[in-house]
Amino acid sequence: MSHLSQFQTFLLLSILKIAVVLVITLTAVAYTVLLERKVLGRMQNRWGPSRTGPFGLLQPLADGIKLFLKEDLLPLAAERPLFIIAPIIALACSLISISVVPFGAVQHVKGVDMFAVADLNIGLLVILGITSIGVYGIALSGWSSNNKFALLGSLRATSQMISYELALGLSLVGVVLRAQSLRLRDIVDSQAAHGALSWNVFGGFQFVAFFIYLMAAYAETNRSPFDLPEAESELVAGYHTEYSSMKFAMFFMAEYANMITVACVATLLFFGGPASPFGHLIPTFGGAIVQAVLPVLWFVAKVLAFLLLYIWVRGTLPRFRYDQLMSFGWKFLLPLAMLNIIVTSLVMALRG
Amino acid sequence: MQLALFLIFGVLAVAGAINLLLQRHPINSALSLVVVMMSLAVLYWSLGAEFLAAAQVIVYSGAIMVLFVFVIMLLNAGEEEHTTGSRIAYVAGFPGAAAIFCLLSFVFLSERKAMGGTDLGGYLSHSANNIAEISRLLFRDLLLPFEVTSILILVAILGAVVLARKEQ
Repeated sequence: MSHLSQFQTFLLLSILKIAVVLVITLTAVAYTVLLERKVLGRMQNRWGPSRTGPFGLLQPLADGIKLFLKEDLLPLAAERPLFIIAPIIALACSLISISVVPFGAVQHVKGVDMFAVADLNIGLLVILGITSIGVYGIALSGWSSNNKFALLGSLRATSQMISYELALGLSLVGVVLRAQSLRLRDIVDSQAAHGALSWNVFGGFQFVAFFIYLMAAYAETNRSPFDLPEAESELVAGYHTEYSSMKFAMFFMAEYANMITVACVATLLFFGGPASPFGHLIPTFGGAIVQAVLPVLWFVAKVLAFLLLYIWVRGTLPRFRYDQLMSFGWKFLLPLAMLNIIVTSLVMALRG
Repeated sequence: MQLALFLIFGVLAVAGAINLLLQRHPINSALSLVVVMMSLAVLYWSLGAEFLAAAQVIVYSGAIMVLFVFVIMLLNAGEEEHTTGSRIAYVAGFPGAAAIFCLLSFVFLSERKAMGGTDLGGYLSHSANNIAEISRLLFRDLLLPFEVTSILILVAILGAVVLARKEQ
């Protein structure tokens, strides 16, 4: 690659990174669906999908083929361009936010950071911004379907996401105060000193912020126990009632991609990201390649743990009522998040 | 690179603004406004104001415009109809907008020296963070005006609550 200029190498490596991350994310989305169905099945004392392939491992592929081949219905009274563009917005926003996540230790190849698609100095704000744009996908889908259940579902989803975005953003301030930066790599580095002891959730005393983040993230991704936008006993299927075939699949993929993003952010902000929990207790072993891949494995393990937690919560908790949801967000999480900011900054000011 | 960004998103912002005026349906107008705000955010970013860009996306396109769309969806506003008033707006609006455009460009071009210039490129490459400087300005040097503005917004919220309250 010596005859390429610096810009050309950067461009080629960036395209390679984007392609690899996209493929891995989409595969992860497909297999998260399978994981959820399997684990949920075991929790409810049944098998879950087990017929397609060994242990049902080919089920995502079969589902994908089924969704592709289904007829793509378009309601006559639907608002045509918005109806088509809504799932695209939802899926695009949920996939873009993965791009600022650093999923390994800093590893430069030809001057390009290989284990993060983009290393921005306001990475955290970019994730928050893209999440807030993702609301449009859901809001527009419900309105353009011209269906009252879809509209009610999307109104619920929109108000829920706007309300919990505040608590979500405020819960992250404590972490930002400790790291003194909005860059995700800096936030990870600020927790790297003594393994698990210096992670924000333990040594950083940000467990209140972590609790708030977890609650708000469940509401942001419209997951149980806050899955009122798609409450099937009240709203048929919520905002995607009128969607079928690939358009429905896009909403489905967006939901699971959002779950993965939220798990990645929780890992980065509160659990040290790709850093090992043992710090320097384990002596370095293997060559340079093993040392480069090991952080990625830690990162994937932590994200997987969060996804399992998601599924566990879904299998355990019943759905909230709508007024309970709103008062929980505004009257409990928001004041708690503000209190956390005040206490964190006071402690930091007294120490510094 | 920066010039290309400026050209693409400048054109997108202007096109979104024109589309906002031409669309009949309020929800399409609101969505064009979102496009304008996002392209403005990219322009701010390319000028080195990354915090302003993020705040623009999160606050304006993410919160305020969602509320706009929300209200339009709830009120179920249909397509606008042309009235005599809107025809007068056409007759007065186009020359008026052209006059303001000419006036502003005249002022900017003639007072070029006094206003000083800025470079289009070179802001994206350095990784310096201007959030600390912004917060120093907002929370130390300009603390009083900042807090007074927030109290003004609080007064507006109180006014809305009083107006919306049911008669006992």
